[in-house]
Formats: sequence, C-alpha cells, structure tokens
Amino acid sequence: MNDLRLALRQVWYINKAFLRNPASLFFTLIFPLMFLVIFSVIFGNGHVQVGPGQTVRVATFYVPSIAAFSVITACYTNIAISLTFSRDSGALKRIHGSPLPVWSYMFARIFHSVVIAILLVGICAAFGAVFYGATLPTSTLPAFAVTLVIGAAVFCILGVAISGFIPNADASPAVVNGTVLPLLFISNVFIPLQNPPPWLDILGKIFPVRHFADALIGSFFNLNGSGLHTDDLLVLGAWGIAGLVVGIRFFQWEPRI
Amino acid sequence: MAPNAVEVHDLRKSYGPVEAVRGISFTVAEGEVFALLGPNGAGKTTTVEILEGFRRRDGGRVSVLGFDPATGDRRLKEQMGIVLQTSGVDPYLTVDETVEMFRGYYPKPRPLDEVIDLVGLRDKRDSRVTKLSGGQRRRLDVAIALAGDPRVLFLDEPTTGFDPGARRNAWDVIKGLKDLGKTIFLTSHSMDEVQFLADRVVIISAGRVVAEGAPDTLAGREKAAAMIRFRVPADANLPAAISFEMKSEGDFVEVQTQDPTRALYELTSWAVQQNLSLDGLEVTRPSLEDVYLQITEQAGAAGTQA
Repeated sequence: MNDLRLALRQVWYINKAFLRNPASLFFTLIFPLMFLVIFSVIFGNGHVQVGPGQTVRVATFYVPSIAAFSVITACYTNIAISLTFSRDSGALKRIHGSPLPVWSYMFARIFHSVVIAILLVGICAAFGAVFYGATLPTSTLPAFAVTLVIGAAVFCILGVAISGFIPNADASPAVVNGTVLPLLFISNVFIPLQNPPPWLDILGKIFPVRHFADALIGSFFNLNGSGLHTDDLLVLGAWGIAGLVVGIRFFQWEPRI
Repeated sequence: MAPNAVEVHDLRKSYGPVEAVRGISFTVAEGEVFALLGPNGAGKTTTVEILEGFRRRDGGRVSVLGFDPATGDRRLKEQMGIVLQTSGVDPYLTVDETVEMFRGYYPKPRPLDEVIDLVGLRDKRDSRVTKLSGGQRRRLDVAIALAGDPRVLFLDEPTTGFDPGARRNAWDVIKGLKDLGKTIFLTSHSMDEVQFLADRVVIISAGRVVAEGAPDTLAGREKAAAMIRFRVPADANLPAAISFEMKSEGDFVEVQTQDPTRALYELTSWAVQQNLSLDGLEVTRPSLEDVYLQITEQAGAAGTQA
C-alpha cells in the first residue's frame, strides 16, 4: 500500500517534468492533434468502408485512427525516448540506488503515459464530435475503453522493452520512429486501408499496431454486438507478454557506454 | 567494539578477460571516514559500485551494515546515501522538488531545509536543475545522498570541479556528518581532501591493495626523512660542522635529515653566529601525495613486470 502511494507520488513528479519538457510536450500532446486536423482537412471528404456495408467520411474515420496514433505516441514513443534520456543522464541509476521499488517506478511511468493517452483520446473524440458529429457510441463504449486501456498498457510495455536495445539518447528518436512510423502507414492508422495487397495485409497483421487500430476503430464504428475485437486484443496481449519478457531480460538502468 | 560498517574479503571482479579487482580485503569501522585511493583503472569504482549494489562480484565476501549489497535489500538502501561520479537527476525539476522526491523514498528522511542548508543551495532551491552550475549540481548530488539521513555515505570523487571555497564548504559538511556518527566511504584524487578528511586510507593499484593506514602514518610517512629548505647568500660558507647531507637546488639549499630537531639547531645556531638570515626557511615531511605517488608508481612497475 505504501509502495502504491510512492508510485502515485512518482507520477506527480514524472508529470511535472513531462509538462516542462518542450520536446515531450510537443511530440506527445501537440503532434497527434496536428495530424488529426491536417489529415481530416486534406483527405476528409472521401468515404471509407469501416464494416460490412458501412461507410463513413474519411474525416470521421480519422477520429478513432488518430486516437490510436495518440495512444502509441504517448505510450510507446514517449516511454522509450524518455527512459533512454533518463538512463543516459544517470537519473535511472540514481533511482535504482534508492529504496524506491522498481515496480513502483515502472508503474508510475506506465500509469502516467496511460493517463496522457486517455486524455488525448478524449480530445480526439471531442474534436470528432464537434466538427464531424462523430460521437462515441454508448453501446460499444465499454469495448472502446477496454481496447484503449489494453492497447495503452501493451504499447507502454513495448516502449520499456525497446529502450533496452537503444544504444543512447541521441539514437532513441531514430530507433523509436524507425520501428513505429512504417507500421503506422501500413496499419490502417494514417491511411485507411482499402483492399491492400495481400502481402501488405499479412505484414501489417504480424505487428501490434494494426491489431490495436482495427480493434479501436472497430469499437468506434461497428455497432453490432459489443464491438469487442477479441482476436485483435489477444494478439495485442501476446505482444504485451513478449514485451514483458524481453523488457525484464534486457532493461538497463545504467548508461551504455 | 563497534561493528564494522563495511567488510570486504577477497573481493574479485572481472570484465571479460580483464581482472579489475583481484582479491581486495579491508574493513571500515562504523563512524569512520575511509578513503579508497588509487590511479584511474585501479578498480576503485568497481569496488565502490559493488558495495553500492550496482555491480555483482565474481568472488569474495562483502557486507555493508550487515547486508549483502548484491541482494538489493531495501533495508540496506534505506540506510545508504550514494554520490555517484556522474550526477543524474531530472533536468526539469527544481532543487527543492528533486530533494523532496528522494526524501519520500526513505522512512526517516532528514528535514528538507536542513538538507538544502547543509549543501548551501538555499539561494537556488527554486531553480531548475538545468540552470545550476557544475559545482551546484554536485552539491545537489550530495543533498540527494543526505536526503534519507543515511548511516553510510558513499562519496565517489565528491568535490571534483569545485572551486576552493566550495570545496572547503563540502569538507566542513563531511566533517559535520562524521561528528553525527555517519560512516563515510570516500574516493578522491585530491590528496589534500584525503589528508583533511580521512581517518584511514587504503590504496589499490591494478586491483590489489598496496598500502593501508592513517594518512599521517601511511607507508612510514611519519618516520621518513624530513627536508629542510632555505636560501643563503652565494658567498656564505656553510659550516663543515653541520653534520648532514645537503645539496643545492637553484637558489635554495636542501637538506634531508632523519633528525630535523638537531639539524635545525645546528643550522640556526650557525646562522645566528654568522649574522645570516635563512630566507624562505621551511621544514617539510613527504606529503600524502608524495607517498601516494611513490606507492602507486612502485606498484605499477611491479605490475608490469609480473
């Protein structure tokens, strides 16, 4: 209980540093919203099929797809880069030498990112509601929330895991964006996929981005049943477990020289 | 007898084929200021980081306050303060926030104001870490180490980059901590610092202990020949009666003697009779630095032969 209090206290300090860091503020908070506006304005007038016999305006499609992008940025990208910077500066080593339990620290990092992700998704949803009348469906709201939380947690874990393979802070934006940007283009996030070539479809489905995007977009539009995409969530969960194993094995507290 | 705060027995550690630490043993008594010295690459940081729990040993026994640091026991971490060689704190937090954050990790932290005052950062407490000078950041490091009111404090080159005034202040802080009964484990390249602070010194070279003792008596320093140094006019005839060896060194005459009392008596009696003044007269013992250099050079030479 006391350790949980320590973790929540740590969230407060992490948030303080996050809000004062111009790079994290811009890339995590402003960037996704900028994409939402730009994509909606440029591509917004077409139509896209989001389910059997169900088409929506592309501008509407971008509400849940950029929400998915926000989650990936706030979790995977933000955690991997900020952990690498903390590690390079020696701040992680200092924390590790203190009595703060490892899990309290990691929980705090992940919890903070998940909260930021939820905040961003809320902004995306509000944007969609105001400008495109794309309101969050009440019938699939539980599915949407479950998908959001599972996805956020998995991408946080993957962010922690990838940090073990990043040689130093300078390399972190390259490694992180290099791994996630191509996937964002082929995973139904930046570009709505309409009859992609089969190999691209298969390639995208190997990685977690596509499954998260499909599950989140599905729960936003597919109003039949609960909207829960269990198979996609299972694949996401598998990535999360793999990330956990790799993270525990390869995570580093000290600067790599 | 007070128990030992730190015990190290036959400690060994290799990095691949390189043996960094090759069987080091020493103890540090509770309440002692202990200095671990040695040239770069001697194994100091490896040894300290094993004691701090950052590194695993390959062999030997180690205990800090009765705990094995390799287990990462929280009860040990709660009683240990660490100043690493390189500082690492979040650049976007202020001095107060940083110290307060660390205070929260400990069961019985030292009051915030007290910590800030101890390291002299009162004027900077609302400044972000990015705005601090190198010396101020180092003082913040010390403040973080003091935040939990530790029983044992590890200071790895704590005053590197300090100006002389700040260094004096830091020394006073460390002396003050010793007076509070804290055990202080120091590494340093400043022999003045070690002379001023340390009760006991261990010198290591190439992963082995090569000397151990109090700074004043290390390697028989107190019994080593004293040097008397002075200046006389070029035409002065130094008396043959003065029963010691001397040599000229520029303007100065230098005399090595095991018996400085007698030598000074003879020298000054002669000078008074001759109505000469001995300008720049001084008597020195080998400094800790002299002894340190001598020991580590010998050890280095032996090491390359072996």
